[in-house]
Amino acid sequence: MPVISYIEAVTQALREEMQRDERVFVLGEDVGVRGGVFRATAGLIEEFGPERVLDTPLTESAIAGVSIGASVYGMRPVAEMQFADFIMPAVNQIVSEAAKMRYRSNNSWHCPLVIRAPYGGGVHGALYHSQSVEKIFTGVPGLKIVTPSTPHDVKGLLISAIRDEDPVLFFEHKRCYRLIKGEVPEEEYTVPIGKAEVKREGTDVTVISYGLTLHFALKAAEELEKEGISVHVLDLRTLIPLDKEAVLEAVAKTGKVLIIHEDNLTGGFGGEVSAIISEQAFFELDAPVRRLAGPDVPAMPYSPPLEKEFMLNPEKVTNAIRELAEF
Amino acid sequence: MANERHDELGLSDEQVLDMYRYMLLARKIDERMWLLNRAGKIPFVISCQGQEAIQVGAAFALDRDKDWLCPYYRDLGMVLVFGQSSKDQMLSAFAKAEDPNSGGRQMPGHYGDRRFRIVSGSSPVTTQLLHAVGVALAAKMEKKDHVALTTFGEGSSNQGDFHEGLNFAGVHNLPVIFMCENNKYAISVPVEKQLAGGSVAARAQGYGMPGVQVDGNDPLNVFEAVKAAADQARRGEGPTLIEASSYRLVPHSSDDDDRTYRRAEEVEEARKKDPLVQFKAYLMDAGVMDEEKESALNKEIAQEVDEATEYAEKAPYPDPEQTHTHVYAE
Repeated sequence: MPVISYIEAVTQALREEMQRDERVFVLGEDVGVRGGVFRATAGLIEEFGPERVLDTPLTESAIAGVSIGASVYGMRPVAEMQFADFIMPAVNQIVSEAAKMRYRSNNSWHCPLVIRAPYGGGVHGALYHSQSVEKIFTGVPGLKIVTPSTPHDVKGLLISAIRDEDPVLFFEHKRCYRLIKGEVPEEEYTVPIGKAEVKREGTDVTVISYGLTLHFALKAAEELEKEGISVHVLDLRTLIPLDKEAVLEAVAKTGKVLIIHEDNLTGGFGGEVSAIISEQAFFELDAPVRRLAGPDVPAMPYSPPLEKEFMLNPEKVTNAIRELAEF
Repeated sequence: MANERHDELGLSDEQVLDMYRYMLLARKIDERMWLLNRAGKIPFVISCQGQEAIQVGAAFALDRDKDWLCPYYRDLGMVLVFGQSSKDQMLSAFAKAEDPNSGGRQMPGHYGDRRFRIVSGSSPVTTQLLHAVGVALAAKMEKKDHVALTTFGEGSSNQGDFHEGLNFAGVHNLPVIFMCENNKYAISVPVEKQLAGGSVAARAQGYGMPGVQVDGNDPLNVFEAVKAAADQARRGEGPTLIEASSYRLVPHSSDDDDRTYRRAEEVEEARKKDPLVQFKAYLMDAGVMDEEKESALNKEIAQEVDEATEYAEKAPYPDPEQTHTHVYAE
């Protein structure tokens, strides 16, 4: 199988879906001639033309709102928010409109659209190019929220998102774009939305994570194996709808759970996962559920030592797992 | 009588009578809803009164078989012309299961009907404007010749989505018509405190499209402007902004008391220009309608509204289990 990067998986999924279905088109700031500021849409305008690779004015609400209108009509727009941090002007359209269109029209209308957004830190992006915004949307029924961590899952899930009949927020961790490479099948495949995946089998501690921190967990697991600690790693891949069954199975494997995400601790999705575990798997637990997350500060600072303090890393993850293993 | 204004616009006597019928029907449905509200039978009304000429005139200028609407919550006249019935309105007012807009989920006035290409709307204002731009973008991409018309109040012309939508449509030359129904009030705040430049239409200049001002109390004036805008859009010549001026004859909603912010004399003065009164006079002068015809029409409409009310009042509510359905595709 060919090995490609996380961002190449995005481009491949877009290209293949645009080849397959004429209704699929991409729009956003700099997605056309420039091919995206991260180059996720590189080469698409050459292949599909400016009508299907639309450079929009600098207006996030319009990018979302126009996508909603086009999707209601029957198109399959894939909108890009240049950075997840800049999604805020579009929140009204996403939350008041896209999320509620099917419900409020009693199933008459729906919005099959995808909004892609690079999120997360560790790239010297400071406060407004580093945020994790998923918790703003996980409490909004009507949206699906996808947060892949590997090229294989990026491609398979993005294809599923484009074919989905409901609005999907597709969050791509920007630190993973060129850092994470992996095998991707040459033939067409999809990864279903709403299915978590065990990325490593283990018996002592269960780690539940997604995105960049999932890779920290895998790295930590390798280290800890040398110390005789066996770590079970579950990649949520989709936050909404959450694969509760997979979460409960993963808990039962070890009885000790660490939930990790880069999003802030308070209100972060780990709280919801933890609540489900305490409600439905209490008697499986041998230790309190632990969370390791971004600190409760407004956003990630610029100066390297401050950024490093905010960010998680394999070392912090290793320590947290070891502590739980020793409980 | 030949060479009346409607003849010049290519409208037959029958069509202008039909326009009047829709205006009157919208008014009567609206008035009935207020009665039902004051009688404690329905929780909420949001009104079209004073804006019927805009809504009906515009809808008549469109192609009801292929054009798309992204209306706002006062567009009762418009959705009736596009195909919704009196019964549909009452089912919505009573929040019954059969309400075609939402199955009783939304407040009245939140139109949405797939049968007639009326895209579902919400309460946060001006969001629908961008949806119309999206429908127009799809028309352009698919090389179809339908147009999308979206409406909003003058207060909404201050929202970011108004400016983002007009600019987007201007840049991409899309077949969309933006029609402001300027009724002089955004709840209690008068137009003078909403528009620094005094005109919504003038804002079009910055977005590379014509900005047209029309008398919103005259359906023929509105018809003419919307027809020209639709023709232009179908020719691939891009969007138009229309500002149709009228007056909101009743409070913002059934929960508002307009005596707290405007004088009764001002409302009385506006009633003299009531589009229904004016259009009736026009039709009488033109010899298209007489008192006999008008009274027959009133009778017919009263009966229609009675029947719709009775039907909706007796119709079943949605099953409580419906609360949990249609969050995602099932």
